[in-house]
Amino acid sequence: MSINKEFVKFDKVDKSYDGKVLVVKDLQLDIAEGEFITMLGPSGSGKTTCLMMLAGFETPTNGEIYLDGNAISSIPPHKRGIGMVFQNYALFPHMTVYENLAFPLRVRKIPKDEADKKIDKALSMVSLQGFAQRMPGQLSGGQQQRVAVARSLVFDPQLVLMDEPLGALDKNLRESMQYEIKHIHESIGVTVVYVTHDQSEALTMSNRIAVFNDGKVQQLSSPDELYEKPVNSFVAEFIGENNTFAGEVSDISGGKCKVKLANADILANPISVKGKGERTTVSIRPERALINPTDKMDNIHKGKIEEVIYHGDHTRVRINLLGNSEFILKVPNSSSNLDIKLGNEIKIGWNSDDARALDPK
Amino acid sequence: MSSETKQILTTDGIPLEVSLKKAEKKNKIKAFLLVAPLLLFIIITYVFPIGDMLMRSVDDKMVTEMLPKTFKSMEKWDGEDLPPEEVFEAFYFDFQKLIEEEREGKLSTQLNYTKNGFKSIIKKLRRKSKSFEEGNYKEQIMSVHRRWADVEYWRAIKRRAPAYTYQKYLKGVDMYENEKGEIINVPEDRRVHRILWLRTLEIAFFVTVFCFLMAYPIAHLLATLPMKYSNLLMICVLLPFWTSLLVRTASWMILLQQQGIVNDFFVMIGLVSDDNRLEMMFNKTGSYVAMTQILLPFMVLPLYSVMKTISPSLMRAGKSLGGTPFVAFWKVYFPLTIPGIGAGCLLVFILAIGYYITPALVGGASGTLISNQIAFHMKSTLDWSFASAMGLMLLSGVLVIYWLYNKLVGIDNIKLG
Repeated sequence: MSINKEFVKFDKVDKSYDGKVLVVKDLQLDIAEGEFITMLGPSGSGKTTCLMMLAGFETPTNGEIYLDGNAISSIPPHKRGIGMVFQNYALFPHMTVYENLAFPLRVRKIPKDEADKKIDKALSMVSLQGFAQRMPGQLSGGQQQRVAVARSLVFDPQLVLMDEPLGALDKNLRESMQYEIKHIHESIGVTVVYVTHDQSEALTMSNRIAVFNDGKVQQLSSPDELYEKPVNSFVAEFIGENNTFAGEVSDISGGKCKVKLANADILANPISVKGKGERTTVSIRPERALINPTDKMDNIHKGKIEEVIYHGDHTRVRINLLGNSEFILKVPNSSSNLDIKLGNEIKIGWNSDDARALDPK
Repeated sequence: MSSETKQILTTDGIPLEVSLKKAEKKNKIKAFLLVAPLLLFIIITYVFPIGDMLMRSVDDKMVTEMLPKTFKSMEKWDGEDLPPEEVFEAFYFDFQKLIEEEREGKLSTQLNYTKNGFKSIIKKLRRKSKSFEEGNYKEQIMSVHRRWADVEYWRAIKRRAPAYTYQKYLKGVDMYENEKGEIINVPEDRRVHRILWLRTLEIAFFVTVFCFLMAYPIAHLLATLPMKYSNLLMICVLLPFWTSLLVRTASWMILLQQQGIVNDFFVMIGLVSDDNRLEMMFNKTGSYVAMTQILLPFMVLPLYSVMKTISPSLMRAGKSLGGTPFVAFWKVYFPLTIPGIGAGCLLVFILAIGYYITPALVGGASGTLISNQIAFHMKSTLDWSFASAMGLMLLSGVLVIYWLYNKLVGIDNIKLG
């Protein structure tokens, strides 16, 4: 059985609420069957709108959405058979956990004994056996969230949408729930579309991430590629930490470019610059720049330590480098023999491959 | 806390409980002083008048005090035949004293409540008694009017002997205690109060139903519309509150009368012919329409406050799980609004059951309620004890409804805002 690469297809979808501003612009997105895809972006970037259009609570202003090859814009939400987990759980407060889970089965007229089996299975999937007769109000936030997940899966939908489901949980619970949801996805192979503004959540859980900004998908790729190879400065900035230098390309040759800063030149990897004279933002991940670099690195500059912040497993060092006083380095604690003291002048180096010359900000 | 648990001491060695009480004492006094004026106000304007009303409704001391000798001498009288001479004599002396104090008019009013026909014979007795001779009062009084020789009238006087009575309550449900002490219904053609009670319940019930049917969609709209529209709509809902009740009722009179705007409109669109205009006022229809409109906000507001707290994502969840919009509404949304429905219905029903001005103005003969009857006895017949009795019956009726509601729905499930 071949996997349907276009299980969900957004085809040139536009969405506007007021007829003046496009919240989603010309969205083109294919989601494969069984995939865990995350829509990531700042608030107001259009990601939740996309999810709502897929769920059927919003209609596209233009374009069409296909689910398993069928256009769904004219199908009302209750006929789409899409499971959904809401931001604030949206458990029915007047029903027990059992009744909450039975709701989608009852409206589908599934016989009681079969429904009971499905409910048992769903509850054991989120390890909440024995909670069936509790009211949602008697459960903790994490338990409520698990009930919401179980409810969205109990009727065996092919597609589950999750709208910032972990937003209301504290950090530890959020992390353990991330793994739990990821494992559920892996074990039952359902297609998941997940919306979040939390990049670490997106990186942990997804097969692919669509980074949204300004109503557009900025980059759609796997988590590692997104982090290692951002295609524009928004993605570089939004995902992970990022040191930037703004400058002008003074030379391009052999897969490298020379960027002229205010008082120095640096070598970089030309990603979105084509020729001389273009403005660019060079992006370097903090962990790609080293203190006391080896000679092989083609960018070696001197900077002054402005701030040292202890973070337990690593130390963050803020350095004034080439006119950028916000240059951050991450130094693992194993290298404590390094002479990191406030005010010291140190050498910093990086490979030009890791310095990505992107579009100007 | 059980006495077996070990007492916990503070670092100073004082028991924790004592220390806690001491620390909270000041706050408690402050809190009490803050509510004290309100407490006093409630006692003066609510508890005290209701107590007074209760006393007044059963109080029958007036006659007891006016005819002390008579009632004393009547104790030995069996009530079978005409009372003996000593009763007549005692009555004569009591009566003379009342004439001196100019209170015989009050006596006639009071006795007339018990039995019709006392007014004229007491007036006559007052005139004739000036020329009474000493001794043999029985003959002399009986010769004043033949009713004074009727044992029924003497029995009626005797019935007023106790200082307390529940006659007014019986009268409130069209019953009375006859001469033999049996409780029986008044003749059918004179039963007015039972009809009024039933009509009051009926109108209150249907007004509640109409209010609910109209308020539910409005409240839902209010709770779901964007802020700028919902504020405007809220003002529209509240606008009647800011208008005098009298003005609103009067405007319904303008709208509903036979030459009124509504009828004009019906004639214009050909729904009714010009010489066959609908009677929508001075009957039940008038009471229904005006009361529903006036009480509507009391239903809208509790419903709105409950609906406002229901997250729109619940309906979405219901739909995304496969429920049709109706199923999602009926299984998810509606059950969550029950506290508001309960509060609104209770509020509207209780207000409607005691409604006064509106039915008085637009209700006509067939649309008046029990409260209009109470007002009638307060103002026209001046039978305050009867008015009090009916007022208390109304109050206890409301309490019964409240109790029933608590049994059926649970008062904890109520939400007023």
